[in-house]
Amino acid sequence: MATTTTTVPSAGPVTGSRSFLSRLIEGDEIARLITFLFAASVVLITLLLVFELWQGSVLARHKFGLKFFFTRVWDPIFDQFGALPFIYGTLVTSVVALVIAVPLGIGAAIFLAELAPQKISDTLQFFIDLLAAVPSVIYGLLGVFVVIPLMRQYLQPALKGTLGFLPLFQGPAYGVGFLTAGIVLAIMVIPYIISVSREILLAVPRDQREAALALGATRWESTWKVVVPFARGGIMGSIFLALARALGETMAVTMVIGNTPTISASLFSPGYSIAAVIANEFTEATGDLYLQSLIELGLVLFLLTFILNGVARLLIVATSQKGGGMGHA
Amino acid sequence: MNSSLRWRKFVSGFMLTMTGVCAVVAVSVLFLILGYLVYHGGTSISWNFFTKLPTPVGETGGGMANAILGSAKLLLLASLFGVPIGFFGAIYLAEFSGGAIAFVVRYAADLLNGVPSIVIGIFAYSLVVLPFKHFSTLAGGFALGLMMIPITLRSTEEFLRAVPSTLREGAMALGASKSRTIATVIVPAAYRGILTAILLAFARVAGETAPLLFTAFGNRFWSPGWNQPTAALPEMIYRYAIAPYDDWHRQAWAAGLVLLGLILVVNIVARGILARGIAVPRS
Repeated sequence: MATTTTTVPSAGPVTGSRSFLSRLIEGDEIARLITFLFAASVVLITLLLVFELWQGSVLARHKFGLKFFFTRVWDPIFDQFGALPFIYGTLVTSVVALVIAVPLGIGAAIFLAELAPQKISDTLQFFIDLLAAVPSVIYGLLGVFVVIPLMRQYLQPALKGTLGFLPLFQGPAYGVGFLTAGIVLAIMVIPYIISVSREILLAVPRDQREAALALGATRWESTWKVVVPFARGGIMGSIFLALARALGETMAVTMVIGNTPTISASLFSPGYSIAAVIANEFTEATGDLYLQSLIELGLVLFLLTFILNGVARLLIVATSQKGGGMGHA
Repeated sequence: MNSSLRWRKFVSGFMLTMTGVCAVVAVSVLFLILGYLVYHGGTSISWNFFTKLPTPVGETGGGMANAILGSAKLLLLASLFGVPIGFFGAIYLAEFSGGAIAFVVRYAADLLNGVPSIVIGIFAYSLVVLPFKHFSTLAGGFALGLMMIPITLRSTEEFLRAVPSTLREGAMALGASKSRTIATVIVPAAYRGILTAILLAFARVAGETAPLLFTAFGNRFWSPGWNQPTAALPEMIYRYAIAPYDDWHRQAWAAGLVLLGLILVVNIVARGILARGIAVPRS
C-alpha cells in the first residue's frame, strides 16, 4: 500500500537558507502558494462531501433516529423508511463474498509470494492487476448472462440436493439473490486480497523462513506456522480492504441481487443492498424525506467504508514496518 | 517416525499444490471474462455500433455513437478537473510541505479514495445537479474527476519522492531556484511514473457507472454542449443488460468488449511505460 511513506531528508534545509525576498523574486513562494491551493482543495472537497451527506440527510435523521436501522418497512407512499433489509442484504452478500474470497485469495497470495519463481509470480501479478482494473459493470454484465443462468440451472439445485437441510440453501432457485451477488462480489475482491497479501508476505524477512526450515519444518509448515502468522496483521488488513470494497460495490450487485427488500435466512432469496437501492431509487425519489432517507443510506455506507479502510491501513502499515525492522536485525 | 514424516511431506506437497490451484483459478477469471466478451461482443460489433444512434425500442440495429462521444466528453472533463489538482497537490506534498499539512492532505486523499463510487454520485448530485437543476455532462465529469484526484495525487507523490535527492541538490548547487528545479529537473525525472499514474486513474474512472447514474443520467440522443444529460458507455451497458430485449443484450456485449478493451489497453500501456524495473505503487 502506498500509505507507508518514505521521507526525503534533503528537501528542507535548502529553502531555509535563502531570504524570503529572494524566494519571492525567484517564484518559489508563488509556486508554493499555488500548489498549496491545489493540495488544500483536496481537503476542502473531502470536508464538503462529509458535510453534504450530513446536511442532506438531516430530515431523515431527525424523523427516524436510530429506528431507521431497525425497521424493515420501506414505503415511499406513506413516508415510512427503514433500512434494515438493505443493511441485511449488504452484510450477507459481503460475508458470502469473504467466505469465498479469503481462502482463495490468501492461497493464491501464498503461491505468488512463497512458491512461484520471480518471473512467474510477476507475470501472474500483472494479470491480477488487470483483473482489478475490470470495471464493475462488466462483472455485472457477466453476472446477468453467465452467472445467473449457471446458478439457476446447476449450482442452486446441486446445493439444495446436498446441503438442502440447512436453512441457508432452501427455497426456489431464481438465479438472482444473495448467493449470486456474494459470488460475483467474491470474484471482484479476490484481486485486492491477493495484491496486498502478496506484498505483505514478500516483506516477511528471509531468516524467519530459513530458521523454520533449519529446524526441520516442511516447506508448508514454515509457510503456514511461521510466515503467515508473522504477516497476520497485514493479511487481516487486506481482508478489511476487500470488505470495504464489497460493502460499497454498486453496479454488479444491483444487476444480480434481485432488488427486492427481503430478510430471509435463505441465500437463494432475492434481496437488496444499500448501494443498490440508492442506485435504483435516487432519481425517482419524490419528496424530501424519501431523498433524504436515501442520502442517509449513503452516509451509512460512507461511515462503514471509512472505518474499515482506516483499520485496514493501520494493520497494513504496522505489519510492513514490523517486517522492515526485523529484517535489519 | 518415518510414516509421520511421510505424512508431513504429503501435507506440505498437497497444500502447496492447492495454493497453486488458487492462483490459477484467480488468474483464469480474467481469461474467462475476456473470452466471454470476445465471443459475445465480437459477433455483435459492427461499423454501425460506432456510428449510429440507438434506435427506438423494438427496432433492431442502431449503435452507441452518442455514448462513445459522451464517454469521451465526460473523461475529458474529468481529466481537466482531476489531473491538475492531483498533480499540483502532489508537488506540494513532495516538495514544499512539512509534516502536519501533508498528513491532513494525504489523509483526506486516502479517505476520498475509499469513498464508494455511488456516494461520490450523491455528492456530485447535490453539488452540481441540484443548483443547475439539470442532469449534465458537467456533473458527470465532476463526479469522475473527483475519483481521479486521490489516485493521481498519491502515486504522483510517490514518484516525485523516488527522484534521488542528489538531483535536487545538484540543480540547487548550480543556483537554480526551487520552482525551477521542480519544473526542469524533478518533474522531468519522474515523468514516466507520473504519466503512468494519470493513465491508471483515467482507466479506473473510464469504467465507472455508479457515479453517472444521477449525474450524467443517460440519453438516447446526441447531447449538445455540456449542460445536457448524456449517455456514457458503462451506463449504456448497465441499462441494456437489464432490459428485456435481445438486440439490446447484443449491443451491451459489444459495448462491454469496447470498454474493457480500452481499459485493458490503457492499463497495459501505462505499465509498459514504467517497464524498466520500477514497481507501480498502488493507490
